[in-house]
Amino acid sequence: MKQRPFEERYAPGWQAFAACLDRLEHPNAAQKASQTASLPVAELPAAYRQLCQHLAIARSRCYSGSLLARLNQLALRAYQQIYRTPQRRWPVVLHFLTADFPQRVRADAGLFWLCAALFYLPLLSMGLMVYQAPELIYSLLSPESVTELEAMYAPGKTTADRKAADDVAMFGYYIYNNIGLGFRTFAGGILLGVGAAFMLLLNGVFIGAVSGYLTARGFIETFYTFIAGHGAFELTGIVLAGVAGLKLGWAVAAPGRFSRVEALRRAASGGVRLILGVVALLLLAAFIEAFWSSNQAIPAEIKYAVGIAGWLLVILYLTLAGRRAPDARFLSKTDQPEG
Amino acid sequence: MLPVTPIPLDTLRRLETPEGIELSLRVAGPVARALAWSVDGLIRYGALWGLLMVLTMLGGGGIGLWLIALFLAEWLYPALFEVYAGGATPGKKALGLKVIHANGAPVDWPAALIRNLLRAVDFLPLLYGFGLIAMLCNRDFQRLGDLAAGTVVIYRDPLETMSQWPPGPALSPPFSLSPAEQQLFIDFAERGATLNPNRQEELADLLASHTGQYGVAGIERLRAYARWLAGAST
Repeated sequence: MKQRPFEERYAPGWQAFAACLDRLEHPNAAQKASQTASLPVAELPAAYRQLCQHLAIARSRCYSGSLLARLNQLALRAYQQIYRTPQRRWPVVLHFLTADFPQRVRADAGLFWLCAALFYLPLLSMGLMVYQAPELIYSLLSPESVTELEAMYAPGKTTADRKAADDVAMFGYYIYNNIGLGFRTFAGGILLGVGAAFMLLLNGVFIGAVSGYLTARGFIETFYTFIAGHGAFELTGIVLAGVAGLKLGWAVAAPGRFSRVEALRRAASGGVRLILGVVALLLLAAFIEAFWSSNQAIPAEIKYAVGIAGWLLVILYLTLAGRRAPDARFLSKTDQPEG
Repeated sequence: MLPVTPIPLDTLRRLETPEGIELSLRVAGPVARALAWSVDGLIRYGALWGLLMVLTMLGGGGIGLWLIALFLAEWLYPALFEVYAGGATPGKKALGLKVIHANGAPVDWPAALIRNLLRAVDFLPLLYGFGLIAMLCNRDFQRLGDLAAGTVVIYRDPLETMSQWPPGPALSPPFSLSPAEQQLFIDFAERGATLNPNRQEELADLLASHTGQYGVAGIERLRAYARWLAGAST
């Protein structure tokens, strides 16, 4: 059969097929006064297989490029309708938070301790050094920033200084800044892990320096009651963002039995799920930081108690949650165990 | 075995489906994608600017909401559109592009997040430097985020070609042609509208030794062969 008769014989079927795809792709668009009758959706798979056959025939007979392009386009659109990932929402979110995320953290325990070291060692050593020699702070911060910092935590500030509206503003700032930093840490990991490690070190050094300085200046109560509440969630979130980033870097540096790109793809699939957990932790931290930590009416003892409870909660959550949950039950097909 | 169509000198990505056929995707290059990104930038920062005007009137709370909007616009705007609007941000839509999985499936949340979070690295050292280098180093113009997410950016629609050509005589070619050669004749006729007359003559003259005709007559002769090869009724 030559091309023209072939086209003329099957064109009506292709038009009905296309109309069906239009309807699936734009379910909201009101059914336009369609000249062509649409195929019932239930018949789409069978029609798709037939279209594939037509495409194969057309190709083997070397029909023209434009016919091939049209059939190719129809087949591609149908393929995307048929092979889409099912959308499951709340059960997946719930399972992720209660089991999947802590399981993934435990599966990467080695990287976790590495990232914890990359973050807490600079934090502690910088903290001690600045505590011994407070003027070292000026090697990191400009004098204006130091003045600002002191103003923020100087004892004797009254609650009236800060209004509810400022809390909301700070909440927005913590989300924009902290979660953005978490994302950058993850992304930077792809550069052989250097970006992620650098972000961990940098954060550790700065947080350590500020803590050491404020401790040395004696602003102990104002500072530590402020950071007690959200510290557990924020610091753990930073470390876990580093884990997600180093996973990428490790995959690129040592892909094992996969090609480098394939190893990267697998690591990213696991890493992005860690990052979702990081987002949850940092959101919680931002909320606490904006609306609880800043509230100076709460007695110091309660703030310290809540801070310790936060650490216990994070530790118990990451070590115990999801221990008995079936593994990989709701995982998507792209999510094979990392090699 | 199928007589496979010759690998075109085109940015096509071949994709084999479970039905055993090969689909081809037209992957989009850096220029189209940069333009789409600029359009998105205008939309995003225009909207943020407008929002800033409104929200500053609300004082501190408004600033907080604006910062959250800034966060969403910076990180999640592309991912949201790619998942819920058929794989295309408004900018990509304007340029006829869309994002799909390299295996042809529509892009899902994890992939959309990966490719958009890794933008932060693709953007380094400035204006997508790393992204451009990565795009030039692989066949499918994937930036780092695309590589990690396993996605490609493609043109949504096939190239415009003319499937209805002007009627005319159909002539059986007086020489034998392989299937691939036959396809070249038909392609020439179909793509006539996209080539200017001089270029058409130039191409037709290459076959003058076979058609015995030069210039416009040569083009007509090739079209006549093409009609016969395509099986047009005379």
